[in-house]
Amino acid sequence: MARQYEAWQGFESGTWVEEINVRSFIRHNYTPYDGDEAFLETPTQDTLDLWEQVMELTAKEREAGGVLDMDTKIISTITSHGPGYLDKTKERIVGFQTDKPFKRALQPYGGIRMAEKACADNGYKVDEEVSEFFTVHRKTHNAGVFDAYTPEMRACRSSHIITGLPDAYGRGRIIGDYRRVALYGVDRLIEDKEEQKRTTRSAMYSDVIRDREELSEQIRALHQLKAMAQSYGYDISLPAKDTKEAIQWLYFAYLGAVKEQNGAAMSLGRTSTFLDIYAERDLKNGVYTEKELQEMVDHFIMKLRLVKFARTPEYNALFSGDPQWVTESIGGVAIDGRHLVTKMSFRYLHTLTNLGAAPEPNLTVLWSTRLPENFKRYCAKMSIETSSLQYENDDLMRFTHGDDYAIACCVSSMRIGKEMQFFGARANLTKCLLYAINGGVDEISGKQVGPEFRPITSEYLDYDEVMRKYDAMMQWLAGVYVNTLNIIHYMHDKYCYEKLQMALHDKHVTRWFATGIAGLSVVADSLSAIKYAKVRVIRDENGLAVDYEVEGDFPKFGNDDDRVDEIARDVVHIFMEHVRKNHTYRNGIPTTSILTITSNVVYGKATGSTPDGRKRGEAFAPGANPMHRRDSHGAVASLASVAKLPFIDAQDGISNTFSIIPGALGKDDRIFVGDIEVDCVNGACSTPTLFEGLDSE
Amino acid sequence: MIGYVHSVESFGTVDGPGIRMVVFLQGCPMRCLYCHNPDTWDVKKGTPTKASELIERYRKNKAFYSKGGLTVTGGEPLVQLPFLTELFVLAKENGIHTCLDTAAATYLPDNAEQAQLLDRLLEHTDLVMLDIKQIDPDKHRHLTGMDNARVLAFARLLDRKGIPMWIRHTVVEGYTDDPADLTALGEFIGSLRYVKALDVLPYHTMGVGKYKELGTAYPLDGVPPLSKDAAATARDCILAGIRKVRDIPET
Repeated sequence: MARQYEAWQGFESGTWVEEINVRSFIRHNYTPYDGDEAFLETPTQDTLDLWEQVMELTAKEREAGGVLDMDTKIISTITSHGPGYLDKTKERIVGFQTDKPFKRALQPYGGIRMAEKACADNGYKVDEEVSEFFTVHRKTHNAGVFDAYTPEMRACRSSHIITGLPDAYGRGRIIGDYRRVALYGVDRLIEDKEEQKRTTRSAMYSDVIRDREELSEQIRALHQLKAMAQSYGYDISLPAKDTKEAIQWLYFAYLGAVKEQNGAAMSLGRTSTFLDIYAERDLKNGVYTEKELQEMVDHFIMKLRLVKFARTPEYNALFSGDPQWVTESIGGVAIDGRHLVTKMSFRYLHTLTNLGAAPEPNLTVLWSTRLPENFKRYCAKMSIETSSLQYENDDLMRFTHGDDYAIACCVSSMRIGKEMQFFGARANLTKCLLYAINGGVDEISGKQVGPEFRPITSEYLDYDEVMRKYDAMMQWLAGVYVNTLNIIHYMHDKYCYEKLQMALHDKHVTRWFATGIAGLSVVADSLSAIKYAKVRVIRDENGLAVDYEVEGDFPKFGNDDDRVDEIARDVVHIFMEHVRKNHTYRNGIPTTSILTITSNVVYGKATGSTPDGRKRGEAFAPGANPMHRRDSHGAVASLASVAKLPFIDAQDGISNTFSIIPGALGKDDRIFVGDIEVDCVNGACSTPTLFEGLDSE
Repeated sequence: MIGYVHSVESFGTVDGPGIRMVVFLQGCPMRCLYCHNPDTWDVKKGTPTKASELIERYRKNKAFYSKGGLTVTGGEPLVQLPFLTELFVLAKENGIHTCLDTAAATYLPDNAEQAQLLDRLLEHTDLVMLDIKQIDPDKHRHLTGMDNARVLAFARLLDRKGIPMWIRHTVVEGYTDDPADLTALGEFIGSLRYVKALDVLPYHTMGVGKYKELGTAYPLDGVPPLSKDAAATARDCILAGIRKVRDIPET
């Protein structure tokens, strides 16, 4: 039903007035910005003071061994903790996960043992009553999963052919549309959810019952969100009236989510252009100055940098550090052809200057060739200065996800408030190849983990025979893998439901059923070696293939060589076809990713020698990267190989990590006369007559 | 025609404008004391490659090179002049920006047969990066084993033809850092109308490993890499020389 609020004065109306539809609001009201960064403001004294306080606390935290304080008794919920501040008089945007900054919350719903271990490893101990409660009286996600696992699933898990499963911690990868709270206020959202609950089907099949229970949970979460905001002195039942309120409302919504969930990635969404609409209105009406706006953004980003979770050293090893993946997607192009860059996009990036470089929030530029030139240059400049930006291909993703999607974690794209993902860890396709050769016997433990197929017994590997067996083994692996994930997501919904994040979604949500692949380039090179060189098998006394000898050279992935690049492409496609054959929980749409950024080291450690000459325990290449030092034709050839992988099969993302020394990206000390690029384009040349300004650096 | 290729770098960013495919041709008659690619000296050691293969490789990835192009370097690419010409003609037929990175080591100013080939090559060349290693003839001979008259003549030839040039100069302590030489080099550059950029490169020792692999002694053993500051000083000397000729006031 259509509504009018005083807070909406001056906004152009559209579908968004009739229904919950933030995209429509943005489309009707935003102002694309083509200018440069000259308008940006330096930090205020309050900002500098607060940041200094943060730096002091960070130093103390490091001294204390990584954790400054932990809650060991109060279970974290949206309303569990009273307000917390750095310095109330200076903070424009407020709110912490617990009653004080740097104090990590206790979040046992994913698994009590993980929560206990996170405390114990950092020198704390979970209150005994809490432990008992979550062991005896209240089941956790982790306990539920292990009640249902089959022996085969457990074997796959411990042999690391499937790894990183979110069966003992929060799965994350869900982005609530936190903007809704700012635009509509919580009351309107509750009304909407009540309406959804009123209109469910009335025959009580289990899915309808589940829907009704979940909607009730969502409504409860929204009420709690209001109460939490109230504790900070804000009434967020109505829409935000100005930029400061819009940022605060939005942040409260996100804060509620991180108080409730310790997910493997707690991403923010795509908020900058949304907020810019408020900022433009306030600038026009003289409500706030640019200085004040930047201050609010600085304080908001500062809060996002201070999101912290209690985690174990093993978790941090798997994800290399203590990441929250507070990913914010910036820029991109709308489907009506306008770019989505606004002044607020610049303000977000400018926090890297005002507060200094930082890995969080993970500022991700949705790159398109059609972004305005000034913004492109500014991004490049900020990348050079801070090394803190991530770029993703909007031209590719817009095609399938439209223009209001965001990135969860590092590359998982989803329409905000309309799609969510069941995070799916990874299958080790390299180990799967070794299982194909060894008839399902694990090359390290010697245990029969996979099906007892006939192993390969010949001295030299035959490509067709290996491929036939590999295909069958992948089919088996895809089956166990998807079914393991079915259990995990069923139990997560049951015992650790993301009620606030899902309250900020539509009634009908598309669920991506994510899977993942590790070790692709090892597989491609191994199969290439078998096909184009000769690979001799070395077996131990039990006849188990434990090592390989490659005779001759073979095409290697990462050199833009179709002979091997096509093998990589086919493997991805074959595996995905096998994944698709399986039933998926809640009709999730299967997809996959090839994007281990760091865990490739851990996977490699657990995998024996491979037919490409890689030795047991050696790290895999990250994501879809070519193996280290095997790409000998430079970055373009390497990128071209990776670009041949089918995005349609791997929509959850394909990563190619590469680092480059600044000097290799061009020179800044060459002296130019005139604009050489203009000359190149026109093929003409003008006589340089002036050498003035020649030696400007 | 077959060319002898040392290697191909698909992501070149310092050998001409934009992102470029850089083809390293085998073969060079100079024996520069600081050469960091001694493995390109012998022309017969390259991989036999057709010009069309290289262009095909470029075309496959042309999206990466939209603001760049093709650079041929070496070795001394003029050693394989007929092949180089065929490659550049083919490149221009495909609308590819061409850049030649040369020290003009095999240029013969009075050879009519070569002149004909060169005319055709330069008709299809958008930019030349010309390496002038030493302006002083004797020092040049000591440094490279060859006379520099042909290098300077080649620069004048390019200028007559109106082909844009970037001048490159590597500064090595004790070999090419004499202010008088640098000023003289600047004066020479100042006399050319089509120089578009000057690139002063500090000497580095990254080639040392290759000499070890080849089992030969490194000629500049003990000469330290040049500091950034010293390179800047050298550059100012060259600029001063250019100003002298061009009569441009200090800015």
